[in-house]
Amino acid sequence: MDMAVAEKHYTTISGVPVEPLYGPEQLGDFDPRRDLATPGEFPYTRGIHETMYRGRLWTMRQFSGFATPEETNRRYHYLLEQGQTGLSVAFDLPTLMGYDADHALAEGEVGKCGASISSLEDMEILFRGIPLGDVTVSMTINSPAAVLWAMYLAVAEQQGVELAAVSGTLQNDILKEYIAQKEYIFPPRPSMRLVTDTIEFGARHTPRFNPISISGYHIREAGSTAVQELAFTLRDGIEYVEWALERGMRIDEFAPRLSFFFNAHNDFFEEIAKYRAARKLWAYAMRDRFGASEERSLKLRFHSQTAGCSLTWQQPYNNVVRTAIQALAAVLGGTQSLHTNSLDEAYALPSEQAVTIALRTQQIIAHESGVTNTPDPLGGSYFLERLTLDMEHAATDYFRRIDAMGGMIAAIEKGFPQSEIANASYQYQRAVEAKEKVVVGVNAFQSEDQPIELLQIDHTAEEHQVSKLAALRSRRDNGRVGRSLDVLRRAAEGTDNMMPAILDAVRAYATLGEICDALRGVFGSYQETAHI
Amino acid sequence: MNPPIRVLVAKPGLDGHDRGAKVIARALRDAGMEVIYTGLRQTPEMIVNSALQEDVQVIGLSILSGAHNAIVPRVMDLLREKEMTDVKVIVGGIVPDDDADALKKQGVAAVFQPGASLDSIVDFIRQAVTAA
Repeated sequence: MDMAVAEKHYTTISGVPVEPLYGPEQLGDFDPRRDLATPGEFPYTRGIHETMYRGRLWTMRQFSGFATPEETNRRYHYLLEQGQTGLSVAFDLPTLMGYDADHALAEGEVGKCGASISSLEDMEILFRGIPLGDVTVSMTINSPAAVLWAMYLAVAEQQGVELAAVSGTLQNDILKEYIAQKEYIFPPRPSMRLVTDTIEFGARHTPRFNPISISGYHIREAGSTAVQELAFTLRDGIEYVEWALERGMRIDEFAPRLSFFFNAHNDFFEEIAKYRAARKLWAYAMRDRFGASEERSLKLRFHSQTAGCSLTWQQPYNNVVRTAIQALAAVLGGTQSLHTNSLDEAYALPSEQAVTIALRTQQIIAHESGVTNTPDPLGGSYFLERLTLDMEHAATDYFRRIDAMGGMIAAIEKGFPQSEIANASYQYQRAVEAKEKVVVGVNAFQSEDQPIELLQIDHTAEEHQVSKLAALRSRRDNGRVGRSLDVLRRAAEGTDNMMPAILDAVRAYATLGEICDALRGVFGSYQETAHI
Repeated sequence: MNPPIRVLVAKPGLDGHDRGAKVIARALRDAGMEVIYTGLRQTPEMIVNSALQEDVQVIGLSILSGAHNAIVPRVMDLLREKEMTDVKVIVGGIVPDDDADALKKQGVAAVFQPGASLDSIVDFIRQAVTAA
């Protein structure tokens, strides 16, 4: 026997051991009727719709935004002309952190990682010529999500669109910010109140809008395993449900509008198992833990994005292939919408040419590969079903540990998910160093890099945004701005839902920074204790 | 035996993506160095003050947001002002080749781009500090 083959240790990219062969004996008491059912039936392991993509393809939603709202608006028109079916807004770092473009800390960062939006005026420009009654828009914004959402709703109002008709998704997932992405402003509890306010406001006024997208994407990008991504994300979801229930809402009043967002990483079968286990776990949690009875409350709907952290700087054209494999996993896992990364994103925000290839990748999967012809085509694979069960059990174990700590906020305050992720991330990097994990073009199969054309964002975006803001501050009714901010401060000090006051402040052209400063004054700012 | 090399790993700017900074900090510590990690959102002033107080030989700046051309020159200026030019500054993150060359001309000892191995960073620091 070849000893090298016998001794080699096979694991998924998350380090889960993989057996030499899978057959019925690996499935134990697996019962297809109980564990799988049919697509569209509880527990939805095989998908949330009976016909899946035969009925309707996933939404091809490329995340984009850079420089000024004017430039991003031009990119949106281009993407819609190319056949993209939804929009997804990337904001720059000052916006994500609740600072205006003219704040000292914004220097050098305006428009670099996304579009710079400081006021309703910028939001009006961002969606100029785009009918918000017809296009669904996703917004990647968290700590100041309520403010940006208010700006969006105000633009919809200006376009004559009824709030009840506005459709889209707000990321608004603050828990994963403390856990992984670290773009937090306020401490956890007032942040959770803001999130609960948007969920409540949404249930009453914008029934077609997803007020939150509970996100594992960033947890995975921070270096977690697939199981950690799954477990922490769903446990975050449970935390949001508990807060909304405590607010006095009924579970079926808001649960149908909770949405999710997962990473699509390299390990093909592990990823598909993750999505299937997610649907099953959520269906059981909603039914058994919270007593949800409406079918829509039980169904986990999710967006997915291919793994940015898997893209390599070396040999960037290889990234097209990685992205295609990851996107295929998301589709075979039953995603509702998908973003495919562009080949140049290890370097910069994508060029128009690169983003077009990324969109075409989705179109090829949708229209040429045949994988959309039948729901959950891999269902019943011994390997995939074993992985799905293992994923479910490992996530349930994490739920128990976090419940025992007193819930996710307590776990975050202890640094538990943060240190689990940091350990996984360091172990992975060590495995890459030792070449136990091969990264093509980086630690194996190296060659000279071919240069690629990159999108450049210069400082003129910052100058443009700063001067526009100065003009706005002198033009607007500053008395009305001040009064609206006073009303907001009082709302924040009390217990009322803050959304109406935020909407009024936005309509008065109070800026993002002014609104967040008013809230900082009441809630304080959050600093994490850094551990290595 | 020489005392351990002291390194400040810093995360300037608004970006919160600290995966790289934390992995590097651990790798340097595992290699026997004394590592101080600043945590997030440090201004150039805060970073240089920490470097002075902690008496480090090396500052490692992790920047992924594209703001390196605004941040790194400020750090270098402050080090000159405080006569701390013996402190080696290394930068890690998403820094295009042209920018990396420009930063080195301003006194940055090395720029490590995505895919750089942990060993290469450890080796570079050991050599740079020993040579100084």
